[in-house]
Amino acid sequence: MSKIQIGILAVQGDVTENFLATMASMSELGIDGTVVQVKTIEQISELDGLIIPGGESTVIGQMSLVNGGLKKIKEKIESGMPVFGICAGMIFLSKNSKDKIVGKVEQPLLDVLDVKIERNSFGRQKDSFEAKISMENVGISSFNGVFIRAPSVSEIGSDVEILAKFNEKIVAVKQGNILATAFHPELTRDISLHKSFVKLVDNLN
Amino acid sequence: MIPLSGDIPDSKGAICGKIDSNSIVRGTSTLKRGFAHMLKNGVVMDVTNVEQAQIAEEAGAVSVMVLDKLPSDVRKAGGVARTASIRIIEEIMDNVTIPVMAKCRIGHMYEANVLDETNVDMIDESEVLTPADEYHHIWKWDFTTPFVNGARSLGEALRRVEEGAAMIRTKGEPGTGNVAEAIYHIKKVNEELRTIKSMYDSDDKQELVKMAREFKVSYDLVEETAKIGRLPVVNFAAGGIATPADAAYLMSLGCDGIFVGSGIFKAEDAQERARAVVLATTFWEEPDKVKEAQKMIDERQSLLGLDVKNLDLKMQERGSTV
Repeated sequence: MSKIQIGILAVQGDVTENFLATMASMSELGIDGTVVQVKTIEQISELDGLIIPGGESTVIGQMSLVNGGLKKIKEKIESGMPVFGICAGMIFLSKNSKDKIVGKVEQPLLDVLDVKIERNSFGRQKDSFEAKISMENVGISSFNGVFIRAPSVSEIGSDVEILAKFNEKIVAVKQGNILATAFHPELTRDISLHKSFVKLVDNLN
Repeated sequence: MIPLSGDIPDSKGAICGKIDSNSIVRGTSTLKRGFAHMLKNGVVMDVTNVEQAQIAEEAGAVSVMVLDKLPSDVRKAGGVARTASIRIIEEIMDNVTIPVMAKCRIGHMYEANVLDETNVDMIDESEVLTPADEYHHIWKWDFTTPFVNGARSLGEALRRVEEGAAMIRTKGEPGTGNVAEAIYHIKKVNEELRTIKSMYDSDDKQELVKMAREFKVSYDLVEETAKIGRLPVVNFAAGGIATPADAAYLMSLGCDGIFVGSGIFKAEDAQERARAVVLATTFWEEPDKVKEAQKMIDERQSLLGLDVKNLDLKMQERGSTV
């Protein structure tokens, strides 16, 4: 079996936190692999899996557009590379996004996850919250969801599976090899979601 | 003890309100510090109106900071500098999707309350404004909204963290266009971190206790910081940043991101410069990209800048000793 390589998109946001969670997941699962922080086309080309971290989706999108990273990521995902988008990463993966207050904003998106996103869906920072989330479909019965100016999914395509809802809003989805959450597993000590992503990548190799 | 590792809810007065059910909590350390984590590797830009905020958002700013006057104008105007007009802050909040921050005076709890009620995403208790209390900073654990504070030494940074700051910015000298002070202070903080880290690594508790006394903070906080070898919260650089090269240099010194005050909107090529500073911050490890960014700006249009030695007012000294 070949050694897997998982990248954390290091354009903007909480890259280190995802790096550490992924490293911990690999070692706990006993999977031989490396975790790298990636930015350039060359680095992205080498990957077996990619995590797009939390941050500001407008910044991650614009800066990925600058060096051609966006196109390369899209190409890789379309050819089957597993990807895990968190908060801003979820927005970046989507086909369509609009802000709850400001409405439609021009921002570069990867257009691979067949969902419509409502940005800042739960309000501003003061409304950010922690709550228990259940994701039975991936075998996680209780997870501490950390929602920071979080988005939600307002519409889904037919291939999209809902993994979790909170207050009737969709906050975690899966579409083939694409996993996306509106909350931040990397800010908790619970690495079960990162582990299930690492397993997904490992199974394909 | 103050929660440091991030995932323990506050024990010191932070509001953990119940909204829909027992399972929802707000204003925890994880949420307040986590918000700052989302800004990492980004540029926060000072703005005074909607137009500037939109330019900043389009250029790739990770957040905007609303002021009544840019720091260099505060310096020129003299008098008392206070928090920005609420109407302008609200107008900006309604027109950009990125987080909006605003400044309040050091120690002015009710300016902070007003900003908290306004729903800004982060409050900057800032030395750019005239301090309202020379002896006390705001007790920030009491707020749901996270705070950022300035610091020019490790001791000052830890005092602010102990008061509940969710983020630190190492101070420069605001409104000067001179990056020297920002460089000096981040290097100083790094050096102090290395010192306490080596004390921790050699298990020298006595020296760590001495440091805690010198810093005027609890031993627990010093020990936790020494153990991880970095500030326990996100740390940005600020003050005097005017060019892409300034930003890239500060990133290389280990800052988590950049605040740009007068550097952008007091320059004559604000739009280009805003973009260039973001590019240099994102790609600081690639010298050719920093050069490309630097090429986007025209030095003749930079903020003229001030020599820090000849200043009558050193904003960085405000609130530093307490």
